[in-house]
Amino acid sequence: MHKYFPHTAQDIRRMLATCGVESLADLYADVPEELRMKAPYALGKGKSETEIRRYFNALASKNAPVEACFAGAGVYDHAVPATVSSLAGRSEFLTAYTPYQPEISQGTLQYIFEYQTIMSRLTGLDVSNASMYDGTTATAEAMLMAIAAGKKRRRILVSATLNPRVRAVVDTYAHYHGVPLETIPQKDGVTDLSALEQMLQAHADVAGVILAEPNYYGIVEDFSGVADMVHARKALLILNCVAADLATLRTPGEWGADIACGDAQSLGLPMSYGGPYLGYLCATKALMRKMPGRIVGQTTDAEGRRCFVLTLQAREQHIRREKATSNICSNQGLMTLCVAAYVALHGANGLREIAYRGHQMALYLLDRMTAEGGCCLKYAGKPFLNEFLLKLDVDAQEFIDYALREEKILAGVAVDGDCLLMAATEMQTKDDADRLAKAYGRYLNIAKEHKAARQ
Amino acid sequence: MNKKLYDKLIFELSHPGRKGYSLPDNGLGDTAHGTDKAAALGASLLRSEKPDLPEADELTVVRHYNNMSTNNFGVDTGFYPLGSCTMKYNPKINEEMASHPGFASMHPAVGQAAQGNLEMYWNLQNALSEIGGMSEFTLNPFAGAHGELTGLMTIRAYHESRGDTKRCKVIVPDSAHGTNPASAAVAGLEVVEVKSRPDGTVDVDDLRPLLDDTVAAMMMTNPNTLGLFEKNIPEIARLVHQAGALMYYDGANLNPMLGVARPGDMGFDVMHINLHKTFSTPHGGGGPGSGPVGVRKGLEQFLPNPRVIRHTAADGKVTFRLTGDGKALGQVSAWLGNFAVQARALAYILSLGSEGLMEAGPLATLNANYIKEQLKDDYLLPIETVCKHEFVFDGLKDKSTGVTTLNVAKRLLDYGFHAPTIYFPLLFHESLMIEPTETESPETLDRFIEVMHAIAREARENPEAVISAPHETPISHPDDTEAALNPKTTYIKD
Repeated sequence: MHKYFPHTAQDIRRMLATCGVESLADLYADVPEELRMKAPYALGKGKSETEIRRYFNALASKNAPVEACFAGAGVYDHAVPATVSSLAGRSEFLTAYTPYQPEISQGTLQYIFEYQTIMSRLTGLDVSNASMYDGTTATAEAMLMAIAAGKKRRRILVSATLNPRVRAVVDTYAHYHGVPLETIPQKDGVTDLSALEQMLQAHADVAGVILAEPNYYGIVEDFSGVADMVHARKALLILNCVAADLATLRTPGEWGADIACGDAQSLGLPMSYGGPYLGYLCATKALMRKMPGRIVGQTTDAEGRRCFVLTLQAREQHIRREKATSNICSNQGLMTLCVAAYVALHGANGLREIAYRGHQMALYLLDRMTAEGGCCLKYAGKPFLNEFLLKLDVDAQEFIDYALREEKILAGVAVDGDCLLMAATEMQTKDDADRLAKAYGRYLNIAKEHKAARQ
Repeated sequence: MNKKLYDKLIFELSHPGRKGYSLPDNGLGDTAHGTDKAAALGASLLRSEKPDLPEADELTVVRHYNNMSTNNFGVDTGFYPLGSCTMKYNPKINEEMASHPGFASMHPAVGQAAQGNLEMYWNLQNALSEIGGMSEFTLNPFAGAHGELTGLMTIRAYHESRGDTKRCKVIVPDSAHGTNPASAAVAGLEVVEVKSRPDGTVDVDDLRPLLDDTVAAMMMTNPNTLGLFEKNIPEIARLVHQAGALMYYDGANLNPMLGVARPGDMGFDVMHINLHKTFSTPHGGGGPGSGPVGVRKGLEQFLPNPRVIRHTAADGKVTFRLTGDGKALGQVSAWLGNFAVQARALAYILSLGSEGLMEAGPLATLNANYIKEQLKDDYLLPIETVCKHEFVFDGLKDKSTGVTTLNVAKRLLDYGFHAPTIYFPLLFHESLMIEPTETESPETLDRFIEVMHAIAREARENPEAVISAPHETPISHPDDTEAALNPKTTYIKD
């Protein structure tokens, strides 16, 4: 038997006798013969740990090496403290089931409660749920939540400046759920607020308005007066925000948002080629009972000791069945532990220092890149924190490929062919920025020569 | 487990001025770098006050969370007889591979330059296709429920592509998990319940009149929630296909089918798999999971974007590509799903190999029957037959003691076991659902059986001891009513 299975041949014989059957096959007598597998899986022999390590090492060696990462677009290269990884690997947390038995799950329940408190304080909103899969699904769920709260209202307005990957997932949920979705146009890289006002006037059935802060281009938008405008039409304001920036930028609560959502990967989770991350969802107290997903609440046990339980479960979808307005029935348990531990290690000062470092490096990178010529800020004169959009004289993806090949630097994310979305964090150095800018200068010449050769 | 409750919150350990971090020197010094190209971030765009977050040194943080962890139960510390959850052992090598530095630090925008990552994705989807009897899997869905939603959207995209827009219903057995109807509702489908027969299997006579050209799909687990194989599955599949609808396999109960039968061969067109059940990735106290969705040949193009395709050039060189299809249902994730969870599942499949996978299902079934046979004298077994990976008791046999399924579950905690799944399925009043998995030893099962008998004896001789349980856990019974009536969902200093 495989090492994960404790049964000896003798065990199996004894157990079969207890069950009153003669063979393991007898346990499947009810499976019609024509449905049974005729041959073993074509998956080869089992591997030892050494062989598994070799297998994964070989795969890893096929990846392009990345020494510095200036890509963002919703995923940011922050340091993950050894403490966070170590705590997340703690067996009692890692191998626990959903905390349905509070008497033996106080560890899980308590870190989720801490996470909820942290997210509530970061967003400036009253309530946080126990987390969602990621920022894209959290935003789609925020949309469904606004519709559930909006009674007969179903229309959702989404800013053109929202991250297109988030938008793609929102579109999917909207399409199959029959939600009319409309795009608020952008003007000079920010949401066109006069267009928003007109759209709110034109439709009486708007349930929610989804905006982003910072937006996809890295611009920190000014939402002064937006909440009043949205609330005057009885719609909800939903803000999608980068979690790590919430310690620095004006909060969803301060902007008057009803719901805040987004990805919390930037608070201590490794980039891991796309997941697992964590979607956060926070709201005002008035919307608490409309929130999807789990919520942990504080209470006391029979001896009067403080303890924590999953609460308000009547909202939850497996209870509501076909009346459900969401189908999420889990959370990103372990990832909320990572966020809680990361924030505990850094505190507000650490989060702000990291945001400042990103800002400082982004400004330096912008100056270095533009000094090479052949590029400019796509939306000049707009404020940004740590991410900005450059318009290049060359194809952005081709430059990204070049920089990755030549300098082992991921230059950013290509947008609309000739734009490059670049982000900075505490992880890159002056040398990285210099190397990348010089590579851009070289690439401009190569592109020029290519063009000349073609003519 | 620590029997003394550790109950400090991180906010209560906070001390102004402490810190648990240090940042690398980025070479730019401390001075702010000005630029005239962008506007400065004015005060109106910044938060007015610093958030009130904990401030703590590293050891304080480490001790805090480690102490908290001792209030938790996990697979690594004890047995979970938790029906429908497949709480098998989570191998350590899987964790090592998931945090492999060659993958963990990779930004997803690296895209196709991460050929190793794409190959890993492709290899896992290929292995799952072999196990499921499907043509292709997407690994993008983040969890089982997300997989259900994705699978149903795939089915809708298929019907839409044929211009068949009136198929708005999905048939779900009344014994199904509540997530099935919830997923259907979110996917914009109307749920029609089909009744179970007394033995919990689908009533084909009840199904027949429900099938018409408004049905998009029939959603089932097999074995079903009671751990019974749906013998009529070929007939059900035939009827559903005849009506132009597709068969959806909820992979929640796939584990006992390993090495025995493949959903594709049973007539299912679309299925999802919970990697955190059948393929041993840890539950993490609720997540992260992963819910890959597989489809039979002809439905691949409806799977969500992006897809990973294996491309062989004329010279034989193999590359892996990210592609999107206009017929696809759309996107359900920004990138390629929970990559690190996928790495764990692949490590598990590699470790087991074909031979180990063939052993897994039958051993899970053996363990379940072994428990069932020895407990049915004290616990009410409503359906007397060979089960698969799990089975359901309708509470204690002796109903005169006043001891409920909830009481039995809580008393088990005192003996160092997790509780079974209780009050599900809804077919019985006192459902107590047990699934041991194949990784538990006969000795662990014997000890569990002994304890279950001891609890039945206590119920007869000293019912109060069971009713008032648990007694030995870090906390006693929490006041759920207070939590719901006066919700405290964030920490507020007294």
